[in-house]
Amino acid sequence: MIRICEKAIEKFFFFSAFFSAVVIFSIFAFLFTLGLPLFSGGRFFSIISQPWAPHLGQFGIYPMIAGTLSISLLCMVFAFPLSFGCAIFISVLNKGKVSLLLRKTVEMMTGIPTVIYGFVGIFLLVPLVREIFDAGSGMCVLSAALMLTLLVSPTMILLFSDSFDRVPHSYGDAVLAVGGTEIQKFLYVILPNSCSGIIVGFTLSLGRALGDTLIALMIAGNAVQVPRSPFDSARTLTSHIALIFAADYHSLEFKAIFACGIFLYLFTTILVVAVRLVGNKQRINR
Amino acid sequence: MKKFCEKMLPLFAWICGIILLASIISVLGYLFMNGVKSLNLTLIFGTTTPLDALTFKRPVFNGLFPAIVGTCSLVFLAVCWAIPVGMAAGIYQAEYAKGKTKKILGLFFDVMAGLPSIVVGLFGFSLTVFLNKNLSDRISLCLLISSVALAFLVLPYIIRTTQMALEGLPASIRMTALALGASRLQNIVHVLLPQSLPGIISGVILAIGRCAEDTAVIMLTGVVASAGVPHSLLSHYEALPFYIYYISSQYTDQEELATGYGAAIILLCICLALFSLAFIIKKRVTFYSLYRV
Repeated sequence: MIRICEKAIEKFFFFSAFFSAVVIFSIFAFLFTLGLPLFSGGRFFSIISQPWAPHLGQFGIYPMIAGTLSISLLCMVFAFPLSFGCAIFISVLNKGKVSLLLRKTVEMMTGIPTVIYGFVGIFLLVPLVREIFDAGSGMCVLSAALMLTLLVSPTMILLFSDSFDRVPHSYGDAVLAVGGTEIQKFLYVILPNSCSGIIVGFTLSLGRALGDTLIALMIAGNAVQVPRSPFDSARTLTSHIALIFAADYHSLEFKAIFACGIFLYLFTTILVVAVRLVGNKQRINR
Repeated sequence: MKKFCEKMLPLFAWICGIILLASIISVLGYLFMNGVKSLNLTLIFGTTTPLDALTFKRPVFNGLFPAIVGTCSLVFLAVCWAIPVGMAAGIYQAEYAKGKTKKILGLFFDVMAGLPSIVVGLFGFSLTVFLNKNLSDRISLCLLISSVALAFLVLPYIIRTTQMALEGLPASIRMTALALGASRLQNIVHVLLPQSLPGIISGVILAIGRCAEDTAVIMLTGVVASAGVPHSLLSHYEALPFYIYYISSQYTDQEELATGYGAAIILLCICLALFSLAFIIKKRVTFYSLYRV
């Protein structure tokens, strides 16, 4: 009796794992089947390259892809140096209480809801950008990228700082023993040895920036256009999905959001696979 | 040039640290400065007395109570779906899966963890449309669908934390019961799970925080701006994060905006409290499992 029970529970473990794997497949299958009418008949490239003009029968999501990429790449331009500096402060400078305070703050920041950043962004950052840069409504790529920086930095800082700490202490001690400073130890020994950690941190954070909905939806302005400057309003793939809610489920306009979903799915999958490839190369067991 | 770099690095680090601290303090400071005066019982219960509201005797109008109840029931349901499946899958990954299977499943869970929440929401939405067409007309966007979609969103976190907590146990603990003749399952249930409980619990708490804050999933799967307290699994509902989003774009006067600030502070406090709790229970395991390479 106990044997049968045990076998049943073990089967349950297996089916749970199997079910979770099936979910991830079925998400893709759903998106793909529902978006299929858009891709059929060799229209795949027109989807990527056309502008969005439903009244002309054009349902290209090129402006949204451009919006997503420009916001998240601009965000990484701000977030990468910032996170790098903060990680150095936490792991290398050793300022005792101040470093600890920074680390605790960063850990706390990972728990702040996205919608809060968006909310404060609308009422604090957007007017500031409008005043300082004289940029129309202030709802633009720059505002969204700045707010997004606050969202993705904590993850990146913690990943960087951990990859610095993971370099074996004996390496660093060797530098100190021959008279090097802490800074030299970091620049010439720790940094070259934590390259893969830095790449992983960057990639994971880029994935977060690409996939975030609320900040772009709330403060990027949502105009359907290819942004030409940081002060242009833009719409991301994610906010396009959130905004389009046509009543007619069969219209091509509605189907286009599944194309957006597929692109987001592919972008993030590629990033995850990249992270695993880099991670496998230099796998450190903890 | 090398000397210059060495000189500038600490300065650069200081500047970055100060920028980050200053910006997060200004974000939170701005929120509290503007919101703290709207924090009172009227904010939550409106014109209804708290006792009547809490016992569901009278509906609450113009208060946050329905949104808070909505968020709580949503989180509760989502965690109910996600915990059994997530823990079981985590146990399978840690104790049973081997070689290729383990690798492939691991890749799937990583892809799932990296999916933008709006894509999961879109899946929930299309699942509803599918069920509505093929199964029954009565299925529409509702609390149940939202909670299932949210469960999918947090499933990989729970799987990963369970797996990491189990795999982190030293061999001495792992082998003792087996050496005394316990079966594999007995070993898991009586030794390994209790030993790794802090790690698992903190992962679950983080998952709760993730459910409470997420807006993108529920936006596509049935949250509405005003619905009152949800009456059944198949009804529409309100939720705090969506309320904040809605107010930020649709407010008509300063009073409504003030409730938005109030809601934002309440949500922030809930999430930070959950987060600190998770970190107090177990610090390192959670962190690595969430951002695992």
